[in-house]
Amino acid sequence: MSLDQMNELYREVVLDHAQHPHHKGHLGQESLHFTMENPTCGDVIDVATVVKDGQIDQLAFTGAGCTISQASASMMTVALLHRPVAEARRLIVSFSKMITGATINDQDQRALGDASLLASVAEFPARIKCATLAWHALDELLQREGSQEHE
Amino acid sequence: MNWQIEAIRRDFPILSHRINKERLAYLDNAATMQQPRPVTATVDRYYRYDHANVHRGVYTLSERATEAYEGVREKVRHFIHAHSADEIVFTRSTTESLNMVARGFGDQVVNAGDEIVISVAEHHSNLVPWQQLAERRGAKLKYIELNPDGSLDLENAAQQITAKTKIVAVAHVGNVIGVLNPMSALEALTHAVGAYLIVDGAQAISHLKVDVQALNADFYAFSGHKMGAPTGIGVLYGKAALLEQMAPVQYGGEMISQVTRTATTYKRAPLKFEAGTPNISGAIGLGAAVDYLDALGMNAIQTYEAQLMGPMLARIVAIDGVTVYGPQTAADRLGVVSFNIDGVHPHDVATGLDMLGVEVRAGHHCAQPLMQDLNVTATARASLAFYNNQADVDQLIDGIKQVKEFFLHES
Repeated sequence: MSLDQMNELYREVVLDHAQHPHHKGHLGQESLHFTMENPTCGDVIDVATVVKDGQIDQLAFTGAGCTISQASASMMTVALLHRPVAEARRLIVSFSKMITGATINDQDQRALGDASLLASVAEFPARIKCATLAWHALDELLQREGSQEHE
Repeated sequence: MNWQIEAIRRDFPILSHRINKERLAYLDNAATMQQPRPVTATVDRYYRYDHANVHRGVYTLSERATEAYEGVREKVRHFIHAHSADEIVFTRSTTESLNMVARGFGDQVVNAGDEIVISVAEHHSNLVPWQQLAERRGAKLKYIELNPDGSLDLENAAQQITAKTKIVAVAHVGNVIGVLNPMSALEALTHAVGAYLIVDGAQAISHLKVDVQALNADFYAFSGHKMGAPTGIGVLYGKAALLEQMAPVQYGGEMISQVTRTATTYKRAPLKFEAGTPNISGAIGLGAAVDYLDALGMNAIQTYEAQLMGPMLARIVAIDGVTVYGPQTAADRLGVVSFNIDGVHPHDVATGLDMLGVEVRAGHHCAQPLMQDLNVTATARASLAFYNNQADVDQLIDGIKQVKEFFLHES
């Protein structure tokens, strides 16, 4: 195998998201945020969100990491911003399935947008954690948001 | 020197397998070493012909297993030049050895207001047990800082080690920057204040001749799997008097002398530290690994590895846009080179190298305080064993260049 194989993983779109991430930065005080660490490399990603009327009104991330974790976080913000919480959580599940090699329906694949290009991560099992870091952080936030609303 | 590298490589069948359709260049030896055929064969033979539990049966098989198991203690004694085989405790790993000392010995000698001194470059396994001990006993954990080149700062060590110091715990060789620590100076500083010297030998044991008496170490810990033995077997060496003083941390069968309803007496060291059925096959594999290394000769291994390391380090340092951590020359450096390609995350580097058959570690190497000092979250790390050859080094250098090109020029 040569580095050509890597083109599957590091497509131009992926490199572009990593080098010029979308929605990278802090949100105001009204936001909820959650920090996740990848214990194997020590990379840290902090995801912040504001949920309004059951919908993700604001979404951003900070932190440094590898190409995959940064690109994935950027793609996530693009894919999930302004979506209803329930739908966002369903897409997080779909993304997790896709990244571990399962096929997902066309509708979800379209909804994931650029993030669907990360399906090739499934062939690099050691990198799955890099790809799911931001998504797990957001899921944790949305879960908390949900439980607050029920109180 | 007469180093039969091709014959040695044939003893490690895994080295001739292809990875991702490429020739395998296994350069993660600091994490674990590959196993030579004689070790695999010895463990296999043990299970086929000699397997029984040790120290209890009166039947032939059990006696045979016991003899083999105890025979390894003597092999290890000779290998690290301990005074007596009773100073060799079989454990699960370096980590378990160090935890055992921190609990069984540290709790006895460290009191409120005392100090424990380690270096900032320690692996978490030689850091967290001391952090926990300090917390349990109300003691203070202090760090010896590094020189700008990554070597241990002896002047700082002299300041950190004081009359209040009870334990000094350092790696013989560092697992991130591979520096051979100045052991005799540390030994003098430690014993001058009446403290105990505890040495993490995980990264030294397969790279140089370890002599625990010359080091005058009070305890010395290492793992079998980093020297060609199976995983799950490790060693704690302790001076006889200190092992007698040390309390067991696990209780149960095999370690007791007599048990009544209300009280128990223990066997003497080392058996009082080996509760339950031990890792018999692991110990027997360790014995075979010791024989294998002895046959090659530790001094010859060190000489051969130095011949690989010098040019390898120089060639990595010479690549434009690559940062090497620690000393930039190979003197006093053993086994490992940690580096980063500027602007490329080490995980991306390791994935790229893997595609080219080059297996290196990427991460914080269980040494996060050191990473914080180096101002990085992670590095890539290539580490050598005596079975690596020039082709492995060439493949690594070529791989680093290709990966750099891929990430910095193709996008």
